[in-house]
Amino acid sequence: MKTVRADQISDAVAKLCMDANYNLGEDVFQALKDFRDREESPVGRELLDQCLENAKIAHENQVPICQDTGVAVAFVELGDQVIVEGNLAAAIADGVRRGYTDGYLRKSIVADPLRRKNTGDNTPPVVWIDVVPGYNLKITMAPKGGGSENMSEVKMLKPSDGEQGVKDFVVDRVRRSGSNPCPPVIVGVGIGGTYDKCAQLSKKALLREIGSKHPDAYYAAMEEELLARINDLGIGPQGLGGRTTALAVFIEAHPCHIASLPAAVNIQCHAARHKSVVL
Amino acid sequence: MSADVKRLTTPLTNEVVESLHAGDKVLITGVIYSARDAAHKRLCDLVAKGEPLPIEIQGQTIYFMGPSPAKPGQPIGSAGPTTSYRMDAYSPTLIALGLKGMIGKGVRGKDVLDAMIQHKAVYFAATGGAAALIARSIKKAEVVAYEDLGAEAIRRLEVVDFPAIVAQDCHGQNYYEIGVAQYRRA
Repeated sequence: MKTVRADQISDAVAKLCMDANYNLGEDVFQALKDFRDREESPVGRELLDQCLENAKIAHENQVPICQDTGVAVAFVELGDQVIVEGNLAAAIADGVRRGYTDGYLRKSIVADPLRRKNTGDNTPPVVWIDVVPGYNLKITMAPKGGGSENMSEVKMLKPSDGEQGVKDFVVDRVRRSGSNPCPPVIVGVGIGGTYDKCAQLSKKALLREIGSKHPDAYYAAMEEELLARINDLGIGPQGLGGRTTALAVFIEAHPCHIASLPAAVNIQCHAARHKSVVL
Repeated sequence: MSADVKRLTTPLTNEVVESLHAGDKVLITGVIYSARDAAHKRLCDLVAKGEPLPIEIQGQTIYFMGPSPAKPGQPIGSAGPTTSYRMDAYSPTLIALGLKGMIGKGVRGKDVLDAMIQHKAVYFAATGGAAALIARSIKKAEVVAYEDLGAEAIRRLEVVDFPAIVAQDCHGQNYYEIGVAQYRRA
């Protein structure tokens, strides 16, 4: 067995919150660059140049890429040979509190969805814990902005809707999102599971590296087809027209009930942020 | 931005608003105010009650934005636009009171466009997610109302060459529709 202390977890989470918000992933930066070079709209090219320039400024000055530093979402892979000394969820919340306060990140969480008083320290985070075999504790912090989250949706399709039904739903969801989620976006798709599982899969899908291929050739082909269809919508950078509406489509599939075909789309803006650590 | 950029100074007059057309690139200099969901709700609640507002609306420009905290020595933290449709419920009320400019991101609803045509107002798109870049054009920031709202407080911002695009103009033109129609394949 291996022991990890709560304060180690909290320190790591605080650092990840800042790192994710200041430093755009190399894969996202490269994708913005590649799409910029292929973009046909002159306005679109200018807007993508601004995104690239913005990422450089944020990195150089260690300031947030986007003022919406998000709800702090944590994906945890907890090895079954790991003992956490202290409370894992409390340690993550403490790391979020310190990261958002010490890192000059925006506090965007209200304590109650209807009475809407800000908690003042960006807690509580949303925490997903998977128990996996092994001696590692892997924590991924994925700050998620509100504008793109608002364009997301779960739909309970019928098994007879099949592959075509899922594909049409995904493309239509991006079309209806239009200019709102800060395109170019990354499209996370969950297929299968239950109503709730499907939504969670669509968010987890967003953690994949741009340029990586789905291990299942069937879904790899579907991702490519969806990306092409989405980029034919003409929405373009910031929704002002162009070829670059999405940088990537990532699918996560899961077994499901014989009566069901759940599908979920989680939209991620171009400030796609996630950083991981293994303790 | 290229040479075909219009330089604007706030407060905006009706003449300036009428001279702007969807797709124009602009650089805005002067005073603008930041306000988003919660501040808009409070402003419109005051209007409904017939009470005075904490800021002058006539001729002014509102930026839909809630910044990240300023690091020491900075006037403001990162400061990009938030999605504008959430302010659609409130903007017509403020436009009727003389609001001339709005800066945000994303398409506006019909009620807002109708009010923009009727009262002469313009809607600019700033680049969503380019928050560190945009912050460079904000030289001074000061909370002038609703400090308890934190990032959502109303701030008076002094901006120089704030980059934006006319997204929807007072003539009923919508650059979102024009732009997308040009590149749609299907």
